[in-house]
Amino acid sequence: MQSTILKTATNYLLPLLLLFSVFILLRGHYESGGGFVGGLVASIAFVLHSFAYGLERTQKLLKYPPKSFIPVGLLLSFMSGVLPMFGGKAYMTGVWSSEPLPVIGLVGSALFFDIGVFIVVIGVTLTILFTISESIDQ
Amino acid sequence: MILAVLSGFLAALILAFSGKLFRGRLSVLLGLLPLSIFNYFLYFFPDISAGKVITFSYRWIPSLGINLDFRLDGLSMLFVMLITGIGALIYFYAASYLEGHKFLDRFYAYLSLFMGSMLGLVLADNTLLIFIFWELTSISSFFLIGFNNDNAESRKSALMALAITGCGGFFLLASFVLMGIATQTYSIGQMLAAPGFLKEQPAYELVLFFLFVGSFSKSAQFPFHFWLPGAMKAPTPVSAYLHSATMVKAGIYLLARFSPLLGDHLLWTNTLMITGGFTMLYAAAHSVFKKDLKSILAYSTISALGMLVFLIGIGTRYAIVAAAAFILVHALYKAGLFLITGIIDHEAGTRNIDKLGGLRKWFPLVALAGLLAALSSAGVPLTFGFIGKDLIYEATLHTQDFFRYTLTPLALITNILLLYAGFSTGIRPFAGSIPENLSKGPLHPSLSPLLWIPPLILGGLSIFFGLLPYVPDQLLVSHAASSIYGSYIFLPLKIWHGFNLTLLLSAVTIVAGAALYFLYRPATASAATQYWLQWFSPQHLTEWTGEKTRLFAYHYTKMLQNGYLRSYILTITVFLIGLIGYRFFSTVDLRVNTSGFTEIRFFEFVVFAITVIATITTVFTNSRLTAIVSMSIIGLSICLIYVYYGAPDLAMTQFTIDTLTVVLFVLVLYRLPQYLINSNRKMKLRDGLVAFSFGTLISLITLQALISPANKEISRFYADNAYLLAKGKNVVNVILVDFRGADTMVETMVLTIAALGVYSLLKLNVKPTDKD
Amino acid sequence: MEYLLIFLIGLLYSSGIYLMLRKSMVKLLLGLILLGNGANILIFLMGDIAKGQPPIIPRDASIFTQMYADPVPQSLILTAIVISFGLQSFAIILLKRVYQMTKSDNLDTLNTHEIDI
Repeated sequence: MQSTILKTATNYLLPLLLLFSVFILLRGHYESGGGFVGGLVASIAFVLHSFAYGLERTQKLLKYPPKSFIPVGLLLSFMSGVLPMFGGKAYMTGVWSSEPLPVIGLVGSALFFDIGVFIVVIGVTLTILFTISESIDQ
Repeated sequence: MILAVLSGFLAALILAFSGKLFRGRLSVLLGLLPLSIFNYFLYFFPDISAGKVITFSYRWIPSLGINLDFRLDGLSMLFVMLITGIGALIYFYAASYLEGHKFLDRFYAYLSLFMGSMLGLVLADNTLLIFIFWELTSISSFFLIGFNNDNAESRKSALMALAITGCGGFFLLASFVLMGIATQTYSIGQMLAAPGFLKEQPAYELVLFFLFVGSFSKSAQFPFHFWLPGAMKAPTPVSAYLHSATMVKAGIYLLARFSPLLGDHLLWTNTLMITGGFTMLYAAAHSVFKKDLKSILAYSTISALGMLVFLIGIGTRYAIVAAAAFILVHALYKAGLFLITGIIDHEAGTRNIDKLGGLRKWFPLVALAGLLAALSSAGVPLTFGFIGKDLIYEATLHTQDFFRYTLTPLALITNILLLYAGFSTGIRPFAGSIPENLSKGPLHPSLSPLLWIPPLILGGLSIFFGLLPYVPDQLLVSHAASSIYGSYIFLPLKIWHGFNLTLLLSAVTIVAGAALYFLYRPATASAATQYWLQWFSPQHLTEWTGEKTRLFAYHYTKMLQNGYLRSYILTITVFLIGLIGYRFFSTVDLRVNTSGFTEIRFFEFVVFAITVIATITTVFTNSRLTAIVSMSIIGLSICLIYVYYGAPDLAMTQFTIDTLTVVLFVLVLYRLPQYLINSNRKMKLRDGLVAFSFGTLISLITLQALISPANKEISRFYADNAYLLAKGKNVVNVILVDFRGADTMVETMVLTIAALGVYSLLKLNVKPTDKD
Repeated sequence: MEYLLIFLIGLLYSSGIYLMLRKSMVKLLLGLILLGNGANILIFLMGDIAKGQPPIIPRDASIFTQMYADPVPQSLILTAIVISFGLQSFAIILLKRVYQMTKSDNLDTLNTHEIDI
């Protein structure tokens, strides 16, 4: 599956899709989108890259094996829930910054939760797909 | 006290871990356990003699009304003495009897478990506690009967005993619960405070019925008697201890315990007299036809138990004293006879009375013990048995007219037959000359004193108590009888009652029994004549039911749990169709109200048509690639539906997931071969019909559900508060990451688990040859 | 439109069940996915479709002023879609492993029947 058109297209599509996925993630609280969809779009970007350049290149690009993303994401989600507990509130109480940022709006604990979900979804999807691709190459 | 009760359990626990220590000669030391408990309880004699009731209470599960409440009165004392006293002898005896057995430690663990449970049973004041200990005795008995677990007969007998006594236990529980409901307490002590109360309750009959089933099953009363002969597969010390002296008397104990509460009622008296009377005659008659020493003993034990039930049923002062005395008499001589049988089996290698004789030349002391036990069982004057037998006749003679003339002959016949049984086991093997098959001498020429001392002690006690009846009377019998009767009985045991009818009856018993012993030899009963009777016997019926249940379970399992996934799905679906369909059509009146529905627009219809075509293609195509592609088309069409109807988040998710699923499928299925299997037309038609009805049903339900008004409160709350509380405007996302954030957290964990599953499934190397 | 969707639900359910009753493992999986899709639409339909707007609060408001689609079924379905992806991928891999070991797509060959009890 070494097609020049695909490779060239991927060169442009990968950053674009990744950017798009982050965009979807960040706007999730105000417009349609969110961690799940964002994560899936990002995964698709990497899958596309692996189709074009082969699995090894993609894995190099990622630097860390995809399964290491999972605990990072889980921890982030979890910590976003724990954070309010330092302020004496119950687990997962929402807390927000006072001033809104452009595009994202108010930065709150929910945003970090969503980012955690985003990372977990990328980790899970890529782990599954890469493991399968690897086993087929053998 | 609690230590004394629980020490059996502790010992069992310790043995489970340090068993190797006690497998050899050290096992003798274990006999010190029952001996020390015996000594401990001796300290309570002064209190018991003063007529006191000693109670101990330890909190256990107060919320359920179950506390470790113990209560020691005369009746409990009698049983405690039997359990620990005979227990000590059995412990010592078994050390030699089972010497060198590789599971000796296990044997002692079971035995200790039993002793602990039995002590708990007779000391417990709480009925639920009684039930727990009751079941524990059944379980330990199961282990002990099946101790020789390489023998199929042993295992079968153990199961049978467990089934019968275990079932009885449930009845007992039912009885206790009913009593608890009626009296608002589970404490026997509190119930005894108002003895007449239960008899006036409407539940009385039911309580009685359940209690009887429980006690009769444990004490081997007709028609539950048949497990006891089977239980003789246990090692002989176990038979002596559990199945003659103690455990089988648990049912008797229970009847005696509840006698002041439930007794003195026509239903109680008649049931017990009839059951006990029939059992004692039936079993005594059976014992005469047996040739195996242990079988004879088993049936004569059943008969003696019947006698006890019978006496408790009569319930007069004489009968109660007779019962209390007979418990002791019987335990002493029957345990002795069992132990002697064990020695004979151990040394001669057979238990068939035709092949035994003249053993007094081998073991004169054992023969002496046998003679003493046999004499006591026969009720020869100056033995304790004589006093017991006298009391039984006194009891039957002191009933009212009708019973007097029926019960007395009944007791007489039973006693004659029991005398025969006692002589057959205690005297016959030692009398006469040594037969040819035994000419080589005993298997173990030097008989360990651990074997012959216990039966000799028991035999000696029978004589000692017979000569000085004042001793057992003051110590045990009178207090036990008072506990059973509910108030103090003054009826001292005497050696001599003068020349009266009782003495005549005793004399007749001895003469007739001795005549029977000298004149009659059991013939080999022809199997054919017994066959049809066998079929109706409770044992056969139980086995038959058990076998049929097993077969039924086998076919039932084979039909429903056949291992074919398809048939499971089929069963579930058909069941669902039946159940939901019935409920749906019987309660919901179908009506169609389309007023709220939207018009069908053209592009909607196009999407719909594409979905339908794609679905049909997925189902019927023979190419898997086609199936996958058309399935993704279904996904994309659904995506469009979401877009039209205000669900952009869903559309996006569905779209991306669909893409990934197709990638996954193609990656994997690409390497698999084509579908090859084709079901036949008939099966396809059947499955199609089931699937069609299921789909139709779902559609109909959906239609009805759409019309019915729905509760939108939750949605409204989320929608109204999304911005106010959670500072978000996309309500779906706010629900996911904020309102129901914990759910999403768990969802990501599920995804993680799926990923880990995939990862390990693929990285795990299982070779194709590992299939089987 | 509701009629069409109701029909579609019925069709997806019966197709799903029919495929699950086949002997082939691949068909079992496809049937499972179809059934899941049917269930999703069923839940979606319960949330009163066709009332128009997505459940997103307008930019210049802090509460809804117009009609909006029910957000609860939507978040349920979103969860269901993602979870079913996890399930599907696991099932696909399981299928692949089973095929590797048994060299057969036939569910019946997995059966160890006639075990004597």
